Amino acid sequence: MTSTKLKMTACAAALAALSFNALAQVSGGSVKIGVLTDLSGTYSDLAGSGAVLATQMAIDDFIAKEKPSFKIEMVSADHQNKADIASNKAREWLERESVDTVTELVTTSTALAVMKVAKEKDRIAIMNGPASTPITNEQCNDVSVHYTYDTYALANGTAKAVTQQGGKNWFFLTADYAFGHALEKDSSAVVTANGGKVLGSVRHPFPGSDFSSFLLRAQASGAQVIGLANAGADTTNAIKQAAEFGVTPKQSLAGLLMFITDVHALGLKPTQGMFLTTGFYWDRSDETRAWSKRFYDKQKKMPTMVQAGQYSSIYHYLKAVKAAGSDDTAKVMAMMKKTPINDFFARNGQIRDDGRMVHDMYLVQVKKPTDSRYPWDYYTIKATIPAAEAFQPLALSRCPLIKK
Amino acid sequence: MEIFGISTALLGSQLLVGLINGSFYAILSLGLAIIFGLLNIINFAHGAQYMMGAFVAWIALTRFGISYWAALIVAPLIVGAVGVLIERLMLRRLYKLDHLYGLLLTFGLALIFEGVFRDQFGISGESYEVPELLSGGVDLGFMFLPIYRGWVIIASLTVCFGTWYMIERTKLGAYLRAGTENSAMVQALGINVPLLITFTYGYGVALAAFAGVLAAPIFQVNPLMGSNLIIVVFAVVVIGGMGSIMGSILTGLGLGLIEGLTRVVYPEASSVVVFVIMVIVLLVRPAGLFGKS
Repeated sequence: MTSTKLKMTACAAALAALSFNALAQVSGGSVKIGVLTDLSGTYSDLAGSGAVLATQMAIDDFIAKEKPSFKIEMVSADHQNKADIASNKAREWLERESVDTVTELVTTSTALAVMKVAKEKDRIAIMNGPASTPITNEQCNDVSVHYTYDTYALANGTAKAVTQQGGKNWFFLTADYAFGHALEKDSSAVVTANGGKVLGSVRHPFPGSDFSSFLLRAQASGAQVIGLANAGADTTNAIKQAAEFGVTPKQSLAGLLMFITDVHALGLKPTQGMFLTTGFYWDRSDETRAWSKRFYDKQKKMPTMVQAGQYSSIYHYLKAVKAAGSDDTAKVMAMMKKTPINDFFARNGQIRDDGRMVHDMYLVQVKKPTDSRYPWDYYTIKATIPAAEAFQPLALSRCPLIKK
Repeated sequence: MEIFGISTALLGSQLLVGLINGSFYAILSLGLAIIFGLLNIINFAHGAQYMMGAFVAWIALTRFGISYWAALIVAPLIVGAVGVLIERLMLRRLYKLDHLYGLLLTFGLALIFEGVFRDQFGISGESYEVPELLSGGVDLGFMFLPIYRGWVIIASLTVCFGTWYMIERTKLGAYLRAGTENSAMVQALGINVPLLITFTYGYGVALAAFAGVLAAPIFQVNPLMGSNLIIVVFAVVVIGGMGSIMGSILTGLGLGLIEGLTRVVYPEASSVVVFVIMVIVLLVRPAGLFGKS
């Protein structure tokens, strides 16, 4: 054997060993992602099958661009927004089907339940749909990432902007459960901090359909701004009925948790002029448009921030697995936290030690029907809220992982 | 002005809103009561049929340009025809069996209908504009009443009392009531009872669809819009007495008012007050307020 040949053989052997090594470290040579979401209930439009599609797109794009040495599989299931179903399914996936990460998890209660199972089994939970702040505060753990948004960021963005623009007197219409209360509390604090006043609030049963009597109370309060501390069908019905009862446009509404699918469902007539905070708008840049068009071709709807965040988070996760050369939870989590995120979804993104992914958020205003030039042309971006200001500062964190 | 520390304006407006909701309860519980009275079927698909009425109106307007006024007739006819098919093909086989079978069948149908609409239209729902003639509102002094809501009360009460009149005061109604008492005897007298039953189910379903069209401009037209309402409506029927026509109308309106009052005094309880009353009525008068024990 000539020395050149010998060198080449040695190189080949080394390469083979190296790739074998990489294979060996990703357990079973395959990464398995479990999308656990609401496929049939209230949140199925904002997350649901669109989130499953976004995950598949992330996997396909990752394989095409990064040519990983490991296989990637996806499974999905409907958790029906029930914590017990979610934790049972997650347990089944993690114990028997060697799923590496459970993701999406819209509805806070399901997210909190699955985070516990993930911690117990030492696997990763990546959350995009749920909104509540306890995920990265009281209930935080080191295997979870809260990626897209939370109630703090929404209240902070919308309530601050509206109060600063002169909407000083507020009245809250609040869904009577943990999420609604949290949203009202966070928003009230922001209103007061910015020199505004909260005149009162009324709590409506969840889910509600007729809001007329609650809206009459809000009307009687004389407040300039009615904050809607609710979500989904409750919000859309409240907006529709506010217009019917002549509450708007005399008083203005602030949607504290609204998605583009809600605006689409209501149309621009009753929603025009409303401020809201979002982590993603499809028509923001060439990059967001390009990705959203691909999504639209398959789903026939523009993506919500949850669905776009789902893609971004899964891509980021897979990149971390490749960079770490392992699907070991601690190694992947460290890599995910170390690597900054800059893609079509997130600008200046970084996952903090409490699991919160901070990134730029956008304050938008819903367009007038006459200003909307093409389908889904709904928002004007009024301000970019920088990552450092958008989310709850670590100094206020109640997460035990954060040492002060 | 105040009564017991509550402003009369607030009280008046909440009572009026209660009456509006009560009109929906009345028309829905009336349909259920008629179906139960003659068929002994607990129609769990009632909420889904209400939702279908709203969707048919929306589809008629957006795809075929059929106006709201035409939809008030067309949607109940279409959904009622679906009801007739259900009765002919499925319910008919269950009359000899226990109530539970009818309940399970209609519950299953409700889930299927809701699933199909959810698959087709998503969960966020669609918006139906208030027809031009009824848009806007009047200032009553104590509240701003949208004209459309006023129309809902009138339309629903007209249909409810028209139905009551038909059943209690006409020959057709007499056959119906006789069929309820003793169908074998009525059949022996040469009246086509199976046809009567089919018609009754179709009519009950059409009432639900009519309520759906009335609701379309108020609520977001959404596949699950009926499932939230149907539970309350069942409570209304139980309180009024299963199968009692006038009972279901009056109970529907009355409970709407009580809900309105609760919203003045303690809004958080407004969603349970109907069920609290149901429990009390079941304890004191198990056959319902207007039912025959």
